[in-house]
Amino acid sequence: MLKLWSMKKEQQKQENADAAVGKKKKITAAQLRVQKDLSELSLGTTMQTIFPNPDDILNFILEIKPDEGVYNGGKFTFTFSMSAAYPHEPPKVRCQQKIYHPNIDLEGKVCLNILREDWKPVLNLNAVIVGMQFLFLEPNASDPLNKEAADDLRASRETFRRNVKASMAGGSVRGTIYDNVMISQPKR
Amino acid sequence: MADSNETRRWQYLDQIRRNPGPFNQDSDVSEEALQALGQHKVLVIGAGGLGCEILKNLALSGFKNIDVIDMDTIDISNLNRQFLFRKDDVGKYKAEVAAAFVEKRVKGIKITPHNCRIQDFDEDFYKQFQLVVCGLDSIEARRWINATLVNMVDMDDSDSLKPLIDGGTEGFKGQTRVIIPTLTPCIECQLDLYTPRAAVPLCTLATIPRQPEHCIEWAHIIAWDQEKPFPDLDKDDPEHITWLYQKASARAQEFGITGVTYSLTQGVVKNIIPAIASTNAIIAASCCNEALKIATTIAPSLGLEESYMMYSGDDSIYTSTFKYDRKPDCPVCGGAAKPLAVDPGITLRELLDSFAVKPDMQLKKPSIRANNKTLYMQFPPSIEAQTRPNLDKTLKTDLGLDTGHEIAVTDPAFPTITFNFILSFTST
Repeated sequence: MLKLWSMKKEQQKQENADAAVGKKKKITAAQLRVQKDLSELSLGTTMQTIFPNPDDILNFILEIKPDEGVYNGGKFTFTFSMSAAYPHEPPKVRCQQKIYHPNIDLEGKVCLNILREDWKPVLNLNAVIVGMQFLFLEPNASDPLNKEAADDLRASRETFRRNVKASMAGGSVRGTIYDNVMISQPKR
Repeated sequence: MADSNETRRWQYLDQIRRNPGPFNQDSDVSEEALQALGQHKVLVIGAGGLGCEILKNLALSGFKNIDVIDMDTIDISNLNRQFLFRKDDVGKYKAEVAAAFVEKRVKGIKITPHNCRIQDFDEDFYKQFQLVVCGLDSIEARRWINATLVNMVDMDDSDSLKPLIDGGTEGFKGQTRVIIPTLTPCIECQLDLYTPRAAVPLCTLATIPRQPEHCIEWAHIIAWDQEKPFPDLDKDDPEHITWLYQKASARAQEFGITGVTYSLTQGVVKNIIPAIASTNAIIAASCCNEALKIATTIAPSLGLEESYMMYSGDDSIYTSTFKYDRKPDCPVCGGAAKPLAVDPGITLRELLDSFAVKPDMQLKKPSIRANNKTLYMQFPPSIEAQTRPNLDKTLKTDLGLDTGHEIAVTDPAFPTITFNFILSFTST
């Protein structure tokens, strides 16, 4: 066997290190990264986080209350779930309400490029929530997940706007009934 | 007769090993050193395409004591390259069949099979080996064994350092690398080498599929979730794959796309990359030569300087052996956590206050976590409120921390730094 142990001892001496030894209970890489990401979130006034279990920071809920745009007045919640492979895999994000939005399907899946094909480990949770916020300000008809909503938006902004309002109040659009997401006390 | 056969089997290998050379000093060619190979305990992880080759090669290189772990059973599609298996073995455990075959073929060797996941064992199990050779197809399993071996290194125990030889292939490409935990770059340091799986935008899948793969991914990601034909998708269950295949076929027909087949469905869903027998043979051979060299020192091995050999047969043949650098901030082997001596009876608030005055920290807004335990986070506001009561709790009795637990401290003022400590309680 190579004289590995003597090399290890040499290294230890050079680093003159007091690196810890013995039985260790290490923090997983994903948790370390999410801890860092969370401290850099800029939530502003329209977003807040909810941790059902604060010890499990890999799973939380993001609440968005847009204060402008067509979705103004609504409250939308998304589950965020990071696997042990985060940040080498993107976070999984799902909308908890059934909403009328061209880029969100009826199961809550979100079409946002950085959540899938354009995800890179250098991106962080803040990049994702900025993207989510943007989806509510600028719904995008060219990347449709809810095809009918996208068609409506393309055809007439005004019709789309009316449909959004109706759906947010729990009404039905083209035969689909959506969840009521209105904040009970309207914003001033 | 049998005896002389046995001697003749090792004749040439023995000759190489007995000849002193520049790397082979007197102590290495002593009878004692020569015997050591047979007493070496080697662990082989994976008994598939690479694993069959590795087991055969190790056995024919003079290793006598081998354990092999694989959770999989033999599938008919394995038989074209996993040569330790026969048609009658389909359905049996790979580790068991491979071990029995090599034991029968090479006399005097002991191979112990384990039909389970590597995660089913703990450090006590891995401690018994001198060397680990991996022939895996999963990044997750590599990361797990890597982190385990790195964490095992203990300055009080010279037996705790286990070299890891990792082989991998993908089509005509392959790699062999040697990791000496905490001395050379670990698998986590090299994680950037894996290209992420190319993903198709969700909206393309949902609205305008162009390829048979798009239809299959649609069935896999969208249709399955909508209809939930079975509670959980089991990618190895033919019934589940058939359901996806039928959904994908119907969608392909709708969009005038051809080419959706059962085997393509299986390939896309399980992300199967075609395996080529000879690539496995090349990579396994180089892994086992490194194992032999590390165990006997008959020649310098891959490892301390250059630790990575890449092989590419895609465009003629190209190989390159190079030095990969350790990542100083590697979450597994980097930024070695420093011991932090504290009194277990102090409160979390007292601990955090001490970080403000420690000259090498000076943190004003520290957030602090242990594994699966959020002690105190300054941000976001909701978790701050939830963890604030912890501030007045004592470290050991109230918060359940103990000597050996790692804690990570971050501060928004230093977004790129994480302070890692291993708690070391002073008195009780």
